[in-house]
Amino acid sequence: MAEEGRQENGRWPVIVRSALPRKLADFSIKVISSLSALLGIAILAWILFEVIKRGSAALNWSFFLHLPTPPNIEGGGLANAILGTSMITLLATLAGVPIGLLAGVYLAEFGQNTRLGSVVRFTSNVMMGIPSIIVGLFVYTLLVLPLHHFSGYAGAVSLAIIMLPIVARTTEDMLRLVPNSLRESALALGAPRWKATLGVVFRAAKTGLITGVLLAIARVSGETAPLLFTSLNSPFWPKSLSQPTANLTVTIFNYAMSPYSKWQEMAWGASLLIMVAVLALTVVARFVFKEAKK
Amino acid sequence: MNVNLNEMPDHSGRQQYFRLPDNRTSNSRTPGNLTSDNRTSDNADLNAAPLVVQPKISTRGLNFFYGNHQALTSNNLDVAPSNVTAIIGPSGCGKSTHIRVYNRIFELYRDQRATGEVLLDGENILSPSVDVIELRRKVGMIFQKPTPFPMSIFENVAYGLRLHYKLTRSEVAEQVEKAMRHAALWDEVKDNLHRPGTALSGGQQQRLCIARAIAIEPEVLLMDEPTSAVDPVATAKIEELIESLKSMYTIVIVTHNMQQAARVSDFTAFFYEGNVVEFGPTTQIFTNPSNKQTEDYITGRFG
Repeated sequence: MAEEGRQENGRWPVIVRSALPRKLADFSIKVISSLSALLGIAILAWILFEVIKRGSAALNWSFFLHLPTPPNIEGGGLANAILGTSMITLLATLAGVPIGLLAGVYLAEFGQNTRLGSVVRFTSNVMMGIPSIIVGLFVYTLLVLPLHHFSGYAGAVSLAIIMLPIVARTTEDMLRLVPNSLRESALALGAPRWKATLGVVFRAAKTGLITGVLLAIARVSGETAPLLFTSLNSPFWPKSLSQPTANLTVTIFNYAMSPYSKWQEMAWGASLLIMVAVLALTVVARFVFKEAKK
Repeated sequence: MNVNLNEMPDHSGRQQYFRLPDNRTSNSRTPGNLTSDNRTSDNADLNAAPLVVQPKISTRGLNFFYGNHQALTSNNLDVAPSNVTAIIGPSGCGKSTHIRVYNRIFELYRDQRATGEVLLDGENILSPSVDVIELRRKVGMIFQKPTPFPMSIFENVAYGLRLHYKLTRSEVAEQVEKAMRHAALWDEVKDNLHRPGTALSGGQQQRLCIARAIAIEPEVLLMDEPTSAVDPVATAKIEELIESLKSMYTIVIVTHNMQQAARVSDFTAFFYEGNVVEFGPTTQIFTNPSNKQTEDYITGRFG
């Protein structure tokens, strides 16, 4: 059949196709994708620039050391919210990280091909995609409604719930990167499974695990919605986490919505603070991970 | 009078006894024996003093499955104590699978299982009542790739010791040094004991793994292609090491390298497609194999 196309001398006819359309298509794809990449970076740069420009004006000693003042009164700061956010995040980390790590250990070490393992893995993936406001509402109905008041504890619980699947899945991924030969070597020496996991496999995956935890903390430290329903906010020092607790993100929400320019400036300052903190955590996490690869 | 050990294993479950191979006695040979014709002198030796010993490990009717795939079919094999037994055969023939039963390391994987009997000093290690931790203290293993733990050189060797024994700090240090000396590693690392084990060269890492395994004083050492990931110089060192270790340990070595099997082992088993095709003294397997497949393999016709 193919023979029909041949010329009399037995050769295939030479079809001279212009290279121009192909080159043009190639060039335009290159341009479009470069522009898209630039646009993404430009928006990020714009946000950074704007937050730094407007936020840096609000950052002074008083911002870090004093309680907020009523609108239109000079001075004052967000020291209570900074402390409150730190306390809530710390508590959430203490609760969420160990459970997340152990869940990750189960997924990677024990539940690899089990039914429960795949159910847990699927659930974790779904949980990572749940909007944080739903987690806030869930904790609201679970802890706030029955106890009749907002509390820092409830906030910590909702943040811990958000951290849990992130830590569990990164732990699983990091433990899976550890070659089986290392597990076998530890077991072949007569180590019980838990000792091999904690003493050898964890050590081998150490930096990956730290990175996962840092990224999980970075992720929740900017959450607002779950705290709005749980910790609420407060103009006072956080004396106990069993009461409504001041925190940065809800403060940003309240202050930014207010008509007072001083409060709006404070909101920018708080935004800058969170942004720098998250950036620092991410950079540290990347650094730790890079060190490990060496 | 040539004993073909392959025909010996029966299924009655009775213990088999070894006639130690001729090269076993090579060191103690008198000059007079060396000058005489080799073959007859060996046979004469065996006839004169039939050295028989109980096997350290005897495998009876061992089957192995990866899921539904059967990888080993009724393997029978006897491992002589204080000797080196080599397992050779083409890739995928079940060599590694076979020795991975000896310390039950395969149990790490859910879909792998073994049936049959593996008797270590007469006790079936596949029985569920056997304590795997105690089994693995007695049966150590060296893997294909060196697997130093992510800790210091010293801690690598001390790891197993701390697992099994309650020792004082100085006793641990003493035992670590002893193991490293046996593994011919001490002189190279004694000034850098605190450095990470992963900083060593490949050959040193493998000797570190050997030191780690012998530190807990096992009875059997399983070696799963221990030199396949190291260079020829390191290979020579490890082979020397095997030679020096065999007086203390029963060694089973899986190797791709037939010259290596010929160099280091006293007995050789040839595996093909999950079966023990032929088993006997190494000199016999390499000079006068009774099976056609064995002959084809060792003469390089396949594999």
